[in-house]
Amino acid sequence: MPIVLILLVFLPLAAAALIGLRAPARATSLGTAIVMVFLVAALNHYFDRESPSMQFASSLTVMENPGIALAFGIDGMSLVMLLLSVLVLFAALWMIDPLADNARLQYAGSLLIAGGAIGAFASTDLFFFFAFHELALIPTFLLIGMCGRGSNARSAAWRITLYLGLGSLILLVGLLALHHALGQPGFSITELHARAMADPIAPETQSWIALLLIIGFGSLVSLVPLHSWAAPAYAAAPTPVAMLHAGVLKKFGLYGLLRVAVPMLPEGMREWAGLLLVLLLLNIIYMGLVTIACKRLDTMFGCSSVMHMGYLFLAVAALSLTGPDNTLAYRGAILLMFAHGVSIALLFALADRIESRTGTLEIARLSGLGRAMPSLGFLFGIAAFASIGLPGLANFAGELLVFLSGFHGFRPSEGLQPLQWATILAVWGVVISAVYMLRAYRTAFMGDPDASRRHDVLTTEEKLPLAALAGALVVVGFFPNLLLQYLPF
Amino acid sequence: MVQLPWLLLLLPLATAALIHFALGGSGRLAAWTGTASAFGMLGLSVSLLVGATAEASPFVWLETGMFHPDLEQAITLSLKTDRLALSMMLVVTIVGALVHLFSLTYMAEDKARPRYYAGLSLFLFSMTGIVLAGNLFMMFIFWELVGLSSYLLIGHWFTKKSAAEASKKAFLTNRIGDFGFLVGILLIWGAFGTVDFNALERRVDLGNLPLTGGLLTAGILCLFAGAVGKSAQFPLHVWLPDAMEGPTPVSALIHAATMVAAGVYMLVRISFLIALDPTAAMTIAWIGGGTALLAALLATQQDDIKRVLAYSTLSQLGYMVMAVGLLASQAAYFHLFTHAFFKALLFLGAGAVIYCCHHEQNIWKMGGLAKRMPLTFATFAIGTACLIAVPYVTSGFYSKEAILDSAYAASRPLFWIAAFVALLTAFYMTRLVVVAFLGKARSQYARDAVEAPTPMAFALTCLTLLSIVGGFRFFAEAILPRGFYPTFDSPHHNFVMAVSIICLLAGVVASFLLYRGREKDPLHITPLRRGLYIDDLYTGLIRLFQDGAAAVAAAFDRHILNGFFLGGTAALTQAVGSVFRRMQPGSLHFYLVLAALGIMLLIWATSTV
Repeated sequence: MPIVLILLVFLPLAAAALIGLRAPARATSLGTAIVMVFLVAALNHYFDRESPSMQFASSLTVMENPGIALAFGIDGMSLVMLLLSVLVLFAALWMIDPLADNARLQYAGSLLIAGGAIGAFASTDLFFFFAFHELALIPTFLLIGMCGRGSNARSAAWRITLYLGLGSLILLVGLLALHHALGQPGFSITELHARAMADPIAPETQSWIALLLIIGFGSLVSLVPLHSWAAPAYAAAPTPVAMLHAGVLKKFGLYGLLRVAVPMLPEGMREWAGLLLVLLLLNIIYMGLVTIACKRLDTMFGCSSVMHMGYLFLAVAALSLTGPDNTLAYRGAILLMFAHGVSIALLFALADRIESRTGTLEIARLSGLGRAMPSLGFLFGIAAFASIGLPGLANFAGELLVFLSGFHGFRPSEGLQPLQWATILAVWGVVISAVYMLRAYRTAFMGDPDASRRHDVLTTEEKLPLAALAGALVVVGFFPNLLLQYLPF
Repeated sequence: MVQLPWLLLLLPLATAALIHFALGGSGRLAAWTGTASAFGMLGLSVSLLVGATAEASPFVWLETGMFHPDLEQAITLSLKTDRLALSMMLVVTIVGALVHLFSLTYMAEDKARPRYYAGLSLFLFSMTGIVLAGNLFMMFIFWELVGLSSYLLIGHWFTKKSAAEASKKAFLTNRIGDFGFLVGILLIWGAFGTVDFNALERRVDLGNLPLTGGLLTAGILCLFAGAVGKSAQFPLHVWLPDAMEGPTPVSALIHAATMVAAGVYMLVRISFLIALDPTAAMTIAWIGGGTALLAALLATQQDDIKRVLAYSTLSQLGYMVMAVGLLASQAAYFHLFTHAFFKALLFLGAGAVIYCCHHEQNIWKMGGLAKRMPLTFATFAIGTACLIAVPYVTSGFYSKEAILDSAYAASRPLFWIAAFVALLTAFYMTRLVVVAFLGKARSQYARDAVEAPTPMAFALTCLTLLSIVGGFRFFAEAILPRGFYPTFDSPHHNFVMAVSIICLLAGVVASFLLYRGREKDPLHITPLRRGLYIDDLYTGLIRLFQDGAAAVAAAFDRHILNGFFLGGTAALTQAVGSVFRRMQPGSLHFYLVLAALGIMLLIWATSTV
């Protein structure tokens, strides 16, 4: 069975190589994506929900000393991330226009990004966990620089490279320091974790390593003030790259915090939780306000995705402050990572379709799209309301759990603690999201259509990837247990 | 075996999906499917009320993974099918079915009928969820969903600017209330470990509450904020008059009879919590009383027939909220029950008038309609009689007396406010009837108006009957929960009734003398016409604090944060990378340098282990 997981990691990389060797790009990549969907379905099917250990585990020793191994294995959390990855990959590949000049590059690059992300989510070795993410970042930078949209693509590519490059570097230092402090010969995450439980690192050491990891992972997830790369990069990125990075790859940082930092550095994370609470409120309130001021749909989605990371950091902070029995925070974070990934990918895909019809993404220049293209309006409505946190769509379930996690262990006799205050302020984010989303919807979709433009309705082929993402939001919104059932806690 | 409450909940959802996905092309089919489904729901509610098995096993929506014994392990959708829920369901489905019937004619010409009927079904689904909710989580879920369906229906004619703005305003204003509601739920959940109504009530009965003092007050008032939004109480009342941009049958169903009453329904559900905290209760009562007065004052100066009715809805909801705050939630619910019928009647009557006058809504362009539309006039007059509480023969009389009685017992200032509101109500409703229906026709449309067509007339007649019998003991006691029908045996009852009859007469007579035979409004009080400038104030506040803050934040982000960090890092890399600059500049190279650095670091670090 481990072969299924290994195949899932290497298939996209192989397909990217084949496309590089002149294989028919669209057929190869979509075929690969469909096979990958089936592979993840197989993983879901054979996943043993009772087992606490890593499943489909395999390991190939690369280096004896220090012990680095190409090791894969998944638990419930990684499984949900894999599900997200293949879903978004499928939709992103489908969105690529095969007639574009650089289509081949986009197909191969998207497959590489997804392959890297899947490799990172499936790795049980700390070294490859990091390395696969780096592997995914390189095509991200290149595609933004080479196939970027708009006049600022170059500078946006430069900026995201700078930020994420430096962030990764700090992260690397932090991970190495962690490994060093644990005094473990190997890089196996499971063993490192066991070691951290049995023989915790001294609190002072934990503290500075945790800070490095918060900065490192945090910059990858656009924690304010390390967020400036996000909005321009997403606005400049070709659609599949924006979908894959905002939807999937960005979640690596959170995944890392949940997988590495929180369990291995409980003391250190608790020490910095106060800072995290302040920063995440900046993500939600301050970036929320910045989002309100956005004038273009793509920048708005980029900023909103920075804003919504605040909820996920809230889950991390709640876990750090209340300990691992706050299962609400874990579950909420995982659910919300999935939901946000799907909804932001859908929003970027819809922005792509709007631009293809109207030639602009400036909100003020759009009007009456709901009348001209009803199904686009319907799908946009689903994505927008999902992102607002409307019940019945996936994001709500995640957000609700995260908010509840802030009140886990609430003792009224002691009054409201910083975590509860932060949670209450974070809830205000649901109002802010509604403001910018409904304003944009009002301007772009309501009113009378611009008669001077041709608005061809969406074709079935165009609807398919959009409907797949929207469908996932509805299904998980109605039945969040479909994902949560894989989680042991 | 199908569980009837679940069927009742899911039938409208299935209908909405069917209409949206399968019947999008046929307005006729969509209309009849929606109507049939609404009548099906009515049948189900009646059968549940007369004693069909109302058991419904809970649906585990989301497992929390908690294993602590005091905490709930899952968020469930559990249906509470007590008398309160079932009687409310009856109200919702009766009005829902009649509104569907009415819409068959009213919306016959509309091009987007499938969207309209899908929206109505979605609304019925959401509303049923609120009514049957067994815990606050479930109630919140459906609370948001009624917000969505209200948004969709207010914005039904979304190409029209005012409708688009009104729908957005309604949703956002409600969101502010929902923010409070959710915070309240978090507080209650955090303290009690449950938000199930039965469990909470048991916990309260045990005494020794986990939540006391200021936090309890805050928790209750936060929950109340949800009702302030949904039931459009001051200061969040501004969305409801604008919501009249929706089609009139929608206004009747959602913005008069049912959804806006959901706030009151929720308060009645949690009345055992409100009773714990006098501060919170008094705040609620005063907000209700204040809204009743404010809205009644504003109603006296409206020229749009629907806006008069909208303000009167606000005012009546204020009565109900006040009663809840005075710990007379039975009276509040009884008034909700009677109000639903006569207010739906009034709105549908207004709808018939608007339909027959080619969408003219200004009462000063009507006049003389009593002769042209006798049946509509008769039903509208009866609805008005109920609203202004004509003694003994109208349902509104009984329920308003119950509220006034309890107000007199609990708080004299609020009683006198409520009595004055009764006077204002009689005044503005008489004005509406006199101007729109009596006198001479003041426009061509009014001269050419003809009686409403049969389906409309039928719906009006049904509601008229219900508006009359709704307050009678034999009828109401058969439907309402035990002990909710007032006894009227307090010692001050005769005094209260005398006051209310004097107010009624004073209002009617003053209005009649003032408005009979007038061509235009002799009163012109600008502040009242402009809603006491509250809307303008909010617009200013939003511009100043929200949009202003957003602009400042955006500028800060672009110029300072970006500049600082980017400038800083760029300078750093320039210093470090000047060596490499002679090689091709570009992001990839820089990145490779970093990666190389990283790998060197890695090798160094691991070799020292």
